[in-house]
Amino acid sequence: MRWLMLMFALVTGPAWAEEVVLGLSRDKVAITATFEGSDILIFGAVKRESPIQEKEPLEVVVSVSGPSRPVTVWRKERQLGIWVNSESVEVDGAPSFYAVASSAPLSEVLSEGEDLRHQITLSRAIRSSGALHGFKDTRAYTDALIRIREKQGAYTVNEGGVVFDEQTLFRTSISRPANLTEGMYLTRICLTRGGQIVSEYDAFIDGRKVGLERWLYTLAHERPRWYGLMSLAIAIAAGWGASAIFRVLQRR
Amino acid sequence: MQIYLPIAEVSVNAFLLLGLGGIVGILSGMFGVGGGFLMTPLLFFIGIPPAVAVATEANQIVASSFSGVLAHFRRKTVDFRMGTVLLIGGLVGAALGVLVFNYLRSLGQVDLLVKLCYVVFLGIIGAMMFFESLRAIRKSRSGVKIPTRKKHGIAHKLPFKMRFRTSGLYISVIPPLLIGVAVGILAAIMGVGGGFIMVPAMIYLLGMPTKVVVGTSLFQIIFVTAFTTLLHATTNYTVDIALAVLLLVGGVIGAQVGTRIGTRLNAEQLRILLALMVLAVCFKLGLDLLIKPSELYSIGAGGGH
Repeated sequence: MRWLMLMFALVTGPAWAEEVVLGLSRDKVAITATFEGSDILIFGAVKRESPIQEKEPLEVVVSVSGPSRPVTVWRKERQLGIWVNSESVEVDGAPSFYAVASSAPLSEVLSEGEDLRHQITLSRAIRSSGALHGFKDTRAYTDALIRIREKQGAYTVNEGGVVFDEQTLFRTSISRPANLTEGMYLTRICLTRGGQIVSEYDAFIDGRKVGLERWLYTLAHERPRWYGLMSLAIAIAAGWGASAIFRVLQRR
Repeated sequence: MQIYLPIAEVSVNAFLLLGLGGIVGILSGMFGVGGGFLMTPLLFFIGIPPAVAVATEANQIVASSFSGVLAHFRRKTVDFRMGTVLLIGGLVGAALGVLVFNYLRSLGQVDLLVKLCYVVFLGIIGAMMFFESLRAIRKSRSGVKIPTRKKHGIAHKLPFKMRFRTSGLYISVIPPLLIGVAVGILAAIMGVGGGFIMVPAMIYLLGMPTKVVVGTSLFQIIFVTAFTTLLHATTNYTVDIALAVLLLVGGVIGAQVGTRIGTRLNAEQLRILLALMVLAVCFKLGLDLLIKPSELYSIGAGGGH
């Protein structure tokens, strides 16, 4: 299923006071029981009333961040010959999903000061996300968190992933993993010029599971006793059914 | 076809799961084992979190043992009295097992516990089966009969004796209770029925006649694994019903096919094959623990402290 979102960014007023106005055609994200990856398509246009500035081009940075959850990052160590989880650092709130895409390399598009203020790049967004408990070298743990989540496809950076035609039309697609965490997904679109953010627009997308899958998930967490009994009932019915069917088949 | 498992939170190929269920089902039909001790590690290998694999496998075993016990009911080869005594022990054991499981889960060590248990038990059982079938093959070739003897072991000396008519025994209830507890703990921690330990224990420690052993152990396993499923579902929320159903369908069909294949093949050679497979799985799991992992860090759910 395609997760499609339309976004129109209109730059109104004089060219120096640029502002993003954004419309969402669909503000809900849904995943169902059969799922094979999915893309968020974000596209928009810059409407201009004055000529394009040639010396410093306009750039676009798009970020999508999922609901934050506390996580524990474990480090393995060899104890008595086997590799065991030994030390851990707790991160109060790490986004379950984070994707950044930009129209040019991030270091060119965004100055460090702006990144520090708005926390857009992956490392800034994750490090600032939650206080770290522990006395250890926490840097290694947050690096590991980012590395593992990047491998899982939960955190992505796509420099140059935003196509920006003629300084007017922009589009990008952001793929997200199957294990969607329910909640509000913050989508930020920033227009930058010379490393400075000239306009920012935030929008929330409601990401939730649907259908059978949602029903099972809620049942399992909210009525675990009923869920457990239902699992048993299905198992017993299946066991009885199988034995009955094969007895009939054997008689033939 | 990729299917998203709502509790495990991973998406897996549905046919892979059906196939796994089928293969393990065929094996369990061929060898008369529950298959849980093979299925759970295979689920680890395809990326299902160990906690979910264990809880879900317990649920699947309810189905396969229920299907199996019906045939034994008809043949009247279930010793209900012995089954009940084993069951009481089993429920106590399962509760203990889930406690240990949850405690280690909060410490972030549950994956290790489950894998270590598997390495140890698969290693012991695989090796025992291998040597036993080697010996059996040698004996059948030389034509010497295995001597059978009636033992009066420890089960006859302890207090609280009880009469088990179906098994034709008059023994203390303490050994069956203890066996029940041990198997219950294993069921909760490893997601297995425990038949592979229960059956030899019933024959060699309790001296039960072979014909009632399998039915009675299945009868007891249903309740213990059902109880384990409920405990995991209510305390850990780790029973994945979608995963269980897929494995079930494959497993049930596989078991019927396996039973038919099993009757046509040489039992001892089959047993060696199974032993080698068990050892291979054990070796792979053990290797993962011994070799330095490429990623030293791992992420667990927060709030565990």
